[in-house]
Amino acid sequence: MTDSDIKSRQPGTDARPSECQPNHLTLGSELSSVETVETRAEQLAHQAGFDEDTSSQIAMVTREAVINAILHGNKRDPNKKVQIGFALSDDTLSITIADEGLGLDPDSVPDPCAPENILRSSGRGIFLMRAIMDEVHFHQLSPGTEIELIKHRAHKESSA
Amino acid sequence: MSMTLIARQAGDVTILDLSGKITLGEGGVTLRDEVRKLLAKGAKKIVLNLAGVSYIDSSGLGELVSSYTAVKNAGGELKLVNLTSKVRDLLVITKLLTVFDVKDDEAAAVAAFA
Repeated sequence: MTDSDIKSRQPGTDARPSECQPNHLTLGSELSSVETVETRAEQLAHQAGFDEDTSSQIAMVTREAVINAILHGNKRDPNKKVQIGFALSDDTLSITIADEGLGLDPDSVPDPCAPENILRSSGRGIFLMRAIMDEVHFHQLSPGTEIELIKHRAHKESSA
Repeated sequence: MSMTLIARQAGDVTILDLSGKITLGEGGVTLRDEVRKLLAKGAKKIVLNLAGVSYIDSSGLGELVSSYTAVKNAGGELKLVNLTSKVRDLLVITKLLTVFDVKDDEAAAVAAFA
């Protein structure tokens, strides 16, 4: 994690490339809403051209991020929402998940592969996000945390 | 589809056939509960047959780890068989493949118990 990975900003203020087709969901802090996001992420990953296994993994880590937002960010507070943003550009599939919690220091999350942590029953969600996506950024909101999951699209060779 | 679990015996080895999803709130608790029940009954040799597991997330991985440590702490052994590619990939990524005793098939797992 570098300083550039953590940026302070307000939700919804970042400019997206004009060719993107953003898609937003606002969810309550109930786990029943997770399936909706997961299904949408998998659909978009397919649309982006990722194979079935990769699309499934993208959907899975999106699910992880939403569960973290609900359980650890919003702490299931029914008054707090989770904002999901999907954006597909020529180069990337980007999924953002924002909670209204107290904030998250990603550097404080222990390495789940370290010998002293390997037998822990939790703590692998962020690790899986980083392992499966090409970029994972954490943005501090006021209040809350936004996780940005990015997967680079493979470019097909253009015909001459 | 949530997880389903069927227990059967092969001699003194208990085999749990798992299918469906092992995820938060969808079977993870069922697996943990079932393993603890087996340990309470004195089972020491347990095989998790994951052939039918179509999906697992970090919570599901945590449930596998919890089951493994519960069996080990009770003086027993737990082995995994028939990993699907999705499950194997996640075990590799998280280095849990180095923790679990994974066998290619049920016969090899049953034979491997001391």
